[in-house]
Parts: sequence; C-alpha cells; structure tokens
Amino acid sequence: MGKRKMYLRMITASLLRRRSRMIIALLAIAIGATILSGLVTIYVDVPRQMGAQFRNYGANMIFTATDESVTEEEAKSAIAVIPDDELVGAAPYWYETVRVNDVPVMAAATDMEGANATSPFWDVSGEWPSSDGEIMIGENVANTYNLKVGDKMTATYASETDESGDASGDASGDAEVIMDNYLDFTVTGILDTGGTEEDYIYMSLNDMQTLTGKEISYDVCELSVSATSDELNRIKDAINEAVPSVTARLVKRVTQSETTVLSKLQALVLLVTIVVLALTMICVATTMTAVVAERRKEIGLRKALGASNRSIIAEFMGEGIILGAAGGLIGSIMGFAFAQAVSRSVFNASISLMPWLVPVTVIVSVFVTAAACMIPIRSATDVDPALVLKGE
Amino acid sequence: MSLLELKNVSKIYGQLRALDNVNFSVNKGEWVSVMGPSGSGKSTMMNIIGALDKASEGEILLDGEDIAGKNAHTLTDIRRDKIGLIFQQFHLVSYLTAVENVMLAQYYHSMPDEKEAIEALKRVGLEDRVHHYPSQLSGGEQQRVCVARALINYPEIILADEPTGNLDEANEEVVVELFRKLHEDGTTLIVVTHNPEVAEVAQRTIVLRNGKVEREIINENFTGKIKKVTLTEK
Repeated sequence: MGKRKMYLRMITASLLRRRSRMIIALLAIAIGATILSGLVTIYVDVPRQMGAQFRNYGANMIFTATDESVTEEEAKSAIAVIPDDELVGAAPYWYETVRVNDVPVMAAATDMEGANATSPFWDVSGEWPSSDGEIMIGENVANTYNLKVGDKMTATYASETDESGDASGDASGDAEVIMDNYLDFTVTGILDTGGTEEDYIYMSLNDMQTLTGKEISYDVCELSVSATSDELNRIKDAINEAVPSVTARLVKRVTQSETTVLSKLQALVLLVTIVVLALTMICVATTMTAVVAERRKEIGLRKALGASNRSIIAEFMGEGIILGAAGGLIGSIMGFAFAQAVSRSVFNASISLMPWLVPVTVIVSVFVTAAACMIPIRSATDVDPALVLKGE
Repeated sequence: MSLLELKNVSKIYGQLRALDNVNFSVNKGEWVSVMGPSGSGKSTMMNIIGALDKASEGEILLDGEDIAGKNAHTLTDIRRDKIGLIFQQFHLVSYLTAVENVMLAQYYHSMPDEKEAIEALKRVGLEDRVHHYPSQLSGGEQQRVCVARALINYPEIILADEPTGNLDEANEEVVVELFRKLHEDGTTLIVVTHNPEVAEVAQRTIVLRNGKVEREIINENFTGKIKKVTLTEK
C-alpha cells in the first residue's frame, strides 16, 4: 500500500466510521448545493422565461418611417435584422380613415397573424380575420353600428382625384372630384382591449389596398422580441443602422418594467444563494468541530507518532473535500430537479440542463466545505499530544 | 556509550517542580525501568524524553544531540525518526485494522509497507489477527499491536508508559517477553511502571520521588524474565 492509498484509506475509513455525523454534514452540503445549482439555473434561465411571459404584455419595440411611410421592402429588411429565435411576432400597421354609414372610422390594416402574436392580450369574441373580405371591429364600433359576429358591413373610402382621374393625390391641380370606393366585409370578430383599439376596425393589407387603391405602406410596425434589455438595445441600434429610412424605438413601459422585475428577481436569487451557502458553512463547521473534539485522542496519537500539522490538515481537509465533492454532485442533480419543478410550476415551461453547472457546483461546494473546515482544523493542529494521551 | 542523557533537567509548572534537577543516562541497548509513586514525575519525564513536552531547564542529549531547546516542528521529527511510543491505554485508531495501525507509523515516517507491517505483527505473535479491528482484539493483543507499531520504524529508543497497566497477568508476561526479545535484538528500552515485578525485569531501575531521582537499582541477575530477583542498590 503506497502513501496515497493509505491516505485515501484513512480518510474514507474515518468518514465511514462517523456515518451519522457525516450524513448530516453531507446533507447540509447537498442542500446548499441544491439551492445553489437550482437558483443559478433559474438565475440564468429566468430572463428567457420571464421574457416569454412579458411578451404577453404586447410589443416591446416599434419602428416608424424616418420621413414618410415605411415600404414593404424596408419593413422586411428591418425585421430581418432580428434573430429568428428571438422574434415572437411582427405586426405592421397601415392606418386610413374610412366611413361606415357615412361616419368616419379609423381603419387599421395589418398582418393578422403578426398582430395576434404581438398583442396576445387582445380579447377577440369570434375569430380573427383569416382571409380577404373578413374584418375585426372594436367593441365601440360594434356598439355604435349594432354589429355582431357574422354581420355584413360596408366600408367606404373617399379618394381625392383631379379631372383627368389621376389618383396621385396632388392637390395643386385643377378642381378635385371625390370618388368613393367601397368594400363589403363580414364581421368575424369583435375586439375588446379596454383601450383605444376598440374604436378601430381591422382588415387585411390586401383589402385596404383594394379599398384605397394605394400601394401598401406602413405607418408603424410593432415588434415583439424575446430578449433582455441590453439585447433589445443592440437590436434597435442594428435596425437603425441597417435600414436608415426607419427609426426603431423601444416601448419603454414594457422593457423598463421587464428590466426592473428581472433585476430584482435576480438580486433576490443571489441573496438567497449567499444566505444558504452561509448556513451550509455554519452547519459543516459545527459538524467538523464536533468531529475534531471527538477525535482529539486520535489526533494526539497521530502527532505522537510524528504527524506534522501539515499531515493533520491534509487528513481533515481531505475528508472535507470528499464531503464537499459528494454533496456538490448530489446537489447539482437535485438542483436541476428543483429548478425544473420551479420552472414548471411558475412559468409552465421546461428548462434545459446546463452541463457546466455540475463542475461549478462541485467546485463551489468543495470551496465552501474547505472554508467551513478551517476553524475546526485549526483547533486540531493545536491539540497537545502529551495532554490528550494522558486523558486530559 | 550513552544514547540518552539528562543533565539537570527540571520541569516547572508555576510553583510546582514536577521534575527537579534530574540527572541520569541510558546506554544504547540498555533496558531501564522508571518507577515511583503517583505524582513523582514519571509521566512528565517520559513526555520530555519522548519529545512530547519541553523541559523548563537542563539538557536532554539524545544520540549526542540536545533536544531540550528544539521547536515543536523539530520535536515532531525526533518523535517520528528516533522514538517508538507505547501507551498504557494502547491508543489504536479504532477504524483501522491492526496492520493499518502499524502502517500508520510507517506512513508518517517514510512509506507504508504492508509486508513489513505484517512481519512486525508476526514478531508480536499476531499473524492471525492482522486484519482485525481494535474492537475485535483483546487488551493484550491491542498492546502487542502497539509494540509492533512502536518498533516498525526501528527507533533508537522505545518508551513504554505503563505498558502492562491495563493487562492481566498472562498478557503482562507476553508483553514483557516481547520487551526481552527487543532487548536481545539491541533495542534500547525505557519502561515506566508502577508494577515492581515489571520494573525488576529491566537491567536497571530508576526510582523517582517528588520529581527527583531517589535511587538507581542495578539488576545483577538480569534475565529479562518476570521472576523474583535480587536487587542491589547502586
């Protein structure tokens, strides 16, 4: 048996000899490591989870035209800047005033799928329009015109033109003639948001083009992006740089509250982790102090046989490191299960295993255990063999 | 030639002189007993000779080197390299087997060697108890493990503090017989004992009283075996 083998034999035999005490210490370390591993997993994963939750509160970025309106091409270029896996939805809006029963109503043309993705909180009675000729109306509009889902309605658009019939909208020409375009729609859904959206009617971009006779262009494009505040700022700058004809801005009330909630949650996670690790240290230190007190005679014997303080430190530290590594390993597995349970119950989503967290948890656990062993080991080196071997 | 020499050694605790100006020497290969009543300074002297404690005054020459003023680190080296200790209460590590307890001394000295440790246990008649834990051994067997542990590193001197104090008569004889064999092999032995029969087996007995050497007794009929012997005062 070599020196290393004898060393391992001594520390493992010593740990096994004091099973009950060591199980308490191991449990303390494992619980600490579980909290550490679990909370770090949540700490890292929570922005993604919370980001997805925050997406329910609407768009967090918009872009508008720098000068007039945004063309389809410009909008596509700007949206292409956003990574696919971060883009939850994009809803371009084209606003025109139309008339219903000769009363002006604001009409918004949009990509319905994108609008649904960016505004998941919209409460629609009936269905979202899925094809041309279908329309969704705000609740106030529905009440004004006594419309229900399935009813027919006609929207009229008054285009201004000159005598020659040129629809350029140039007002500097001769006498203007008002031309009425109209389009019949079927109401598929009534929108209830509690906001100004209830005063609008929503139609497809094609229908708006047909009704107005104009090329598709956008007044504003709402974007829902799943990213942290810093990433959103980077994306905003990238859009502004890539497509100078549009101006991207963050919706501050959404991003600001998201950042505030996340930073407070992360601070709380950090604080809890520190407190739990401190409690782990106290528990391990208490257990090791009791172990040293129990082993005073054995320590005295080892010293009498010629063990240096360094040997005594190496033996106790070896026991601490084994405990720390085992507790860290158990904790990293339990921590993942803990984080998974929290994520499922709070965010209703799974989290993925972060393999790098296993060695990090083990190393931190070993470090915490080693730190906790310092004071008990110090008292072990102070044992006077002449006194303890006489039973004093 | 003296292996160990104490010159005017005192150990003072406040007003108490546990050892008071003690002088004596032990030759290489000699078997010396130290006797005396409780509080006479036997254990204090053993601790000082065994480099477990420091003298307050005087010189302690071990193999020509004064160890009296050495620091704790050097005293540890001396214990490890030159001294084999045997205790009344055995002091075996409970979670190590007999052979591992012997190897423990090797571990701190140089390199554990299981074969050699088993040989040492054979020398003390424990070849069939090698892998037994202390709790599975009788008192006499535990003390024999201690003897094997004390001699495993070939120390200059073996110090035994009341080695038969916790043993019955049969085991006492076994241990004394082991000492006789060690003495035959040239080992220097200092045995502290209350027991006159054990003390009288040695070549010389030093009697302590009140921290002073009261007298030295030479065993002129030394055989190394327990029996009635005639002692002559020096």
